[in-house]
Formats: sequence, C-alpha cells, structure tokens
Amino acid sequence: MSWRVWLPLFLFAGFLGLAAYQLTQPKDDFVESGMVGEALPYFDLPAAMEGVNGAATTDFKDGTPRLLNIWASWCLPCIAEAPQLERLKEAGVPIVGIAIRDRSEDVARFLAQHGNPYTRIARDDLSEVQLAIGSSGVPETFVIDGRGIIRYQHLGDIRESDVAMLLAELEKAR
Amino acid sequence: MIAELGHAALWLAAALAALQMAAGFLAVRAGEGSEIARLVRPSAVVQAALASIAFAMLLWLFAITDLSVKLVAANSHSLKPLVFKLSGAWGNHEGSMLLWVTVMSLSGGLIALAEKRLPERTMHATLAAQGLVSLGFYAFLILSSNPFERLPVPAPEGLGLNPLLQDLGLAFHPPTLYMGYVGLSVAFSFAVGALLTRQVTPDFASAMRPWVLGAWVFLTLGIVAGSFWAYYELGWGGYWFWDPVENASLMPWLAATALLHSTSVLASRDALRVWTIMLGVVAFSMSMVGTFLVRSGILTSVHAFAVDPERGSFILVLLGLFIGGALLLFALRANTINEGQRFTVTSREGALVFNNVMLSAILAIVLLGTLYPLLTEAFDVRVSVGPPYFNPVSAIFAVPMLMIMAVGPLLRWRQDRLERIRPELALFAALVLVSLIFFGFVTGVAILPLLGLALGIGLGVASFLPLRGRNLKRVPLATWGMIVAHFGIAVALIGMASESAFSKERLAAVEAGQSTQVGPWTVTLSEVMPIAGPNWTAIEGRLRASYDGGEPVMLTPQARRFWAPPQETTESALATRWNGQLYAVIGDRTPDGRWQMRLWWKPLVTLIWYGGLLVALGGALALVGRVIADIRRRRIARRIVERRMETEAMA
Repeated sequence: MSWRVWLPLFLFAGFLGLAAYQLTQPKDDFVESGMVGEALPYFDLPAAMEGVNGAATTDFKDGTPRLLNIWASWCLPCIAEAPQLERLKEAGVPIVGIAIRDRSEDVARFLAQHGNPYTRIARDDLSEVQLAIGSSGVPETFVIDGRGIIRYQHLGDIRESDVAMLLAELEKAR
Repeated sequence: MIAELGHAALWLAAALAALQMAAGFLAVRAGEGSEIARLVRPSAVVQAALASIAFAMLLWLFAITDLSVKLVAANSHSLKPLVFKLSGAWGNHEGSMLLWVTVMSLSGGLIALAEKRLPERTMHATLAAQGLVSLGFYAFLILSSNPFERLPVPAPEGLGLNPLLQDLGLAFHPPTLYMGYVGLSVAFSFAVGALLTRQVTPDFASAMRPWVLGAWVFLTLGIVAGSFWAYYELGWGGYWFWDPVENASLMPWLAATALLHSTSVLASRDALRVWTIMLGVVAFSMSMVGTFLVRSGILTSVHAFAVDPERGSFILVLLGLFIGGALLLFALRANTINEGQRFTVTSREGALVFNNVMLSAILAIVLLGTLYPLLTEAFDVRVSVGPPYFNPVSAIFAVPMLMIMAVGPLLRWRQDRLERIRPELALFAALVLVSLIFFGFVTGVAILPLLGLALGIGLGVASFLPLRGRNLKRVPLATWGMIVAHFGIAVALIGMASESAFSKERLAAVEAGQSTQVGPWTVTLSEVMPIAGPNWTAIEGRLRASYDGGEPVMLTPQARRFWAPPQETTESALATRWNGQLYAVIGDRTPDGRWQMRLWWKPLVTLIWYGGLLVALGGALALVGRVIADIRRRRIARRIVERRMETEAMA
C-alpha cells in the first residue's frame, strides 16, 4: 500500500511535465499554402462596397504581376500593414484586395481611415477563395504573376522590412 | 460605473476567498472554539453575495449593451434580442469563467449555511479548500481574463450579431457542463477537507453525495445535448466521434459515475474510504484536465475554441497546484486512513467495487487515447487515435461492467449468496443468451453491436428486478432513481447497438416520379426544384416518404452549390418515427437525367438520447430523494431536541 499511494502523484507529474513541455513548444501557426507554383483557382467575387470593382481570376491574366492581399476590416494587423501597402501602391504595384467575412459599411470605414491601396476590392463572405488558395488567416499577401500563377506567399502583416522583398518577388514574377 | 462596481465586487470576492482559505486552515489548527473559526462560514456567504453582484453587473452591462466594455463590444450588438444579449454574457471565455466562480461561490455559501452534519473542523478544512480553489479562479479571472475591462474609446457598435450563434441550445449547453464541473469541485473540497482532518466517515459521504449527484446529472445532460446537436446539425449521421473535446466531457462523467457509486458505499456501509477520496480528487482533476486540453489548444480537435496558450499555462499552473497538492496530501495521508468495513466478493459492495474498477479502466483508456497524440508529438510522430481503438478496447471492460450492473443491485450489503437470487440470475442469463442467439444466428449482427443488444435487453429487464416483492409505494425515491438511471443506460445501449447493427443504406439514381426502397420506407422523388439563397443556388429534392405504405411525409434535402469557387454542400433531411429515423441526402444528376439519392434508415437511433435523458432523470430523482430524506431527518432531529428541552424545562 505504501508505495502505491504515490503512484497517482507520479502519473500526474508525468502528465504535467508533458503538458508543460508541449505548451512551450512553438505552435505552427503559419500554414504555408500548397498552392504556391500553381494557377489561381477559379473565382469571380462581387465588389466589397459601392464604387469599387470586384475581382475574378481573369483579372490576373493580363501579363502584369499583382499582389493579392487577403484582409478584413475587423483585423488589427491589417491596420498595421496599411502604410506598407500604401508604399507598394506608390511604387506602382497593382494590389487586389479580398475582404474576408466583412460588411460593406465596415470596409468603407476602414478604407476612409487607413487609406485605400487597392485597384480592386472583392468580398469573400464564406472564406471560399481564401481557403481555395491555401490561406489560413488574415492578413496574407500573395504574389501572382502575369499568367495567374501564384508565385509567393507572405504570411502575416507586411512589415517595413518586407516591402523591398515583395518588390523583388514581383520583379522575379515579371 | 456598472463595470467598475462589478470589477470591485470581483476583487472583494477574491479577498474574501483568501480570508475563507486562511481562516479555514488556521481554524483547523486552532480548534473549534477559536476566534478565527467564527470567520470561516460568514466569509463564504459574503463571498457568494459579492460574486453574484459581479455577475449581475455583467448581465446588466450586456442587457444595456454598454459598448465601452471590451467584452460587450466583442460579443454583443445593440440589435440582438434580449435573451441572446443576456446569454452573450456567458457565451465567451471571460463571462463563462465569471459564471463558473459565481456558481462555485454560491455552492460554497450554501454549504456554509446549511451543512451541519460534519464535525466543525472538517467543515473548516472543506471551506478552506474551497476558498483555495476559488482564489485560483479569481486570480485567473482578474489577472488574465478580466470581463470588466474597458476600451480606451467606446466602440460604435458591437461585433456579435452572428445569427449562427443565436441559438438557444448553444446558449444553455456550456452552463450545463459548468454546473457539472462546479459540483465536482465541491466534491473535491469535501475530499480534501476529510483528508486534512482524517475524518473519512459515512457522514462525509452523505454530505458530499448531493453535490456529486447534481454534478453527474448536469454532466449527463451536457453530453446528451452535445451528442444530439452533432448528429442533427453536422449532418454526418454520427452521434459520437471520440474527438478530444467530446472525450474531455466524457472523462469527468466516467469519474463522477464511479465516485457516485463509491460514495453510496461509504455513506451506507462505511467502506471504500480511501478509494472514494481518490475518486473525489480524480473527478475534479478530469474536469480541469478537460478544460485545460480544450482551452490551451495543445490537441487538435474539430471544435474551435478561442485558444490562448497564456491562459492554457495559467490553467496548467492551477491544475498543478490543486491536483498536485491534493495527490501529495493523499499520498501522505492515505496510509493513516482505515480501510473501513470489510465485505465479501458476493455482496452489493463487491459488485460496486468491481464496476468502479471497470469504470476507472474505461476512464484510463479514454484518457490514454486522448493524450497519446500529445505524447507521440513530443517525439515528432503525429498519430490520430479514433474509434478502432476506443470502441473495442473500452468494450473489454464495458461488457463485464454491464453484466455486474444487472446483478449488483439485487445483492445484499456485506455478504450474500448467489443462490438466493438464482431466479433473477437465470432470467437475466436467459434473456442475454436468447438475444445473442436470435440476433447472432438469425439476423447476423457483428460482435460489438450484438453484445450491446443482448446486454441492453438483459439489463433493461434486470434493472426493474430490485422492485420484485416490494411494495411499490414504499420504495424510496433514491431507489427509483437508480432503477430509472440503469434502465436509461440499457435504453441508450440498445439505441447505439441498433444504430450500428440495423442501419440500412441505399444509394439510388431515380427519375422524378420514381420510387426506391430503404428498409420499410418507400421513398418517391416527386420533383426536383431549383432554389436560390444569398450566395448559393440549390436543387431541392421533394421526397414523399411512406413507411410501410402509410401516410407519406415530405422531406426536402438540398444540394447547395456555391458559385465562387464552385463548391457543393449537402443539407440532409430527417423524418423521425418512434422506431427510428430516415436520413435523406440528395446528390448529383447522372448523365441520363436521373438524380442520385442517399438514404439511411436508422432504427431506434433516437433511443440513444432518450436513454441519456432517462439517466439524467434517474440522477435527478435520486438527488431529490436524498435531499428530502435529509430534510426530514433534520426535522426529526430538531423535534427530538425540542422535546428534550421541553421535558428538561418541565422538570
């Protein structure tokens, strides 16, 4: 009896150690898309608000490389990356935005507050396009070449240091 | 102002929990008559009042949709109906934790006011342990999940108008499980109190029993509701998937079931002392382990929760503190606790012990299966443990358990002879054998559902045998509770076995106007209509389903087509009869113009949930019976004291 009463405590300590170890392990929050190198999946999305154009796969096949930015007005890192998107726009990059699970009045408010870097803004109410191109969160930015092939995936918000790299990726896709 | 009031009440309640804990532990050392001992009960009562004020303030904030409060802005909306505004108060992490501590402190207050059976020292230790557990949760709330946090700038409108989440079932499912967890935390405090003062007595078990029973009823209801929702809403046709989150709710239930029975043995026979204490600790630790697994996100599950590793670490620390501490105390004290009364193998205690061991074994199997991926991931191997492991391995222990369950209640306490209950044994064995032969040879059913059917039928009848030869009017309510609960297990078992043994599936391609058969149903496709939704179009099959040539019912399964990108989903349709359900799905059009249909006839599938409800009803009956008996006993005791005082006064 004497040693057996310690058994539950030892088992529990084992569980505690295992759980603590697993908690400290970095979680793979970033899921890389398996679609990089593939053609954009087919879509044709309506405009996210009045006065802008929606987006379709065909828009990406005119020979010009573009950025495809997955964002949402409810997403805080999207506010953080707004100035960087503005700089990319000033550098002459066409940026297509897809607003995920959003409402047109919120989209309008966001753009009035943080600027509108987009040439087209579509809405994806069910994350269908987002899932189809293999994006697991907002914001994410994809480099699409002039033939509609996904060339590069950037996970998370675009930092200052990422702008030059994205421009280089766009150049490569040309 | 309301938020600040709530926040202040929360801090004060935490302070009183600290007082309750400190005064309780000091009173255990100082003894009953000491000054400090007088603080313990009142501090529990005041703490309950303060926590209720905090929760009422949160309800108020949600009722008036105060958008300067972060939690309200994130989870509510000014246009929601009032009932969903209020349920929104606990439909999120912070609010649900506040609900948890509120219910926990109310339970503590109730014990402090009403529980007079135990020695005062044990009560102080119990309330001290309860104060410690509450303090941990208050710290969690205040430090890492403050529900009253203000926004620097009030939000113009709330974010929570998602119609999907405005569902009455979803509003009441989480609090149900929480009630169960809180009940187990009270049992845990009782166990720790009894260990600290070495007072593991039948009185301790009677004091703890209503809490265990209540917790068990709520856990049962929570699991039944969750399982039915998954079956009905997800449309996969299954009712249990052995998903980590489902297991997290099953494990405390298994532990509570074992605890419930061993508490009964301790209360009526003063046996199984150490084992009951152990189970009291294990049951609460299972609910905390479940909460941890769900909230920390270290296991992959189909359920998505607001996962937060920081909160996960906090819960893990609390878990280590409470459970580690209790197990350490157990290891130090267990050897000094007398085993209690002896009994022979063929006795009611013997049967209860056997089933306790079986339940614990099943618990261990589920726990191992749930944690196994966590273990292998530490070595970079990803595995997924599913039904092929859980079903047969738990059956190894479930089958003998069900047999003993049928026989155990017929045995007498302490010592009995099997010869005495020979007719009942023969009846049970005959029922099981005949069902085995009938379903095994005549209809040809696979082994697990076959055993389930036979044992379900045997147990269903056997659960009423304890009534034999008794005056039905004088059978105590608690005994009725046991009978109903055991019968409910049999009913649910028959439902599960029947679903897996007799389900008929039919895949057919039919033209409009044509009929097809599945089981006793004749299903005619009347027409196929195109319909449109906000972002999808669908074809809707109009089916006329007739059972055995009777009056047809209409079913309208849909195949939805979302246009961007092209993607299809199916919306199933159900027709429920007393003896089963027809589950219909419509598919693609074949090149020759016919429509694919998939039909299931699932006989007796609804018994799974009716059985679960019966189990909960049995628990509720037993609870009411125990509480009434207790109140009656107290009244008698009071009357005896009064009479003695009267006679003394007369003298």
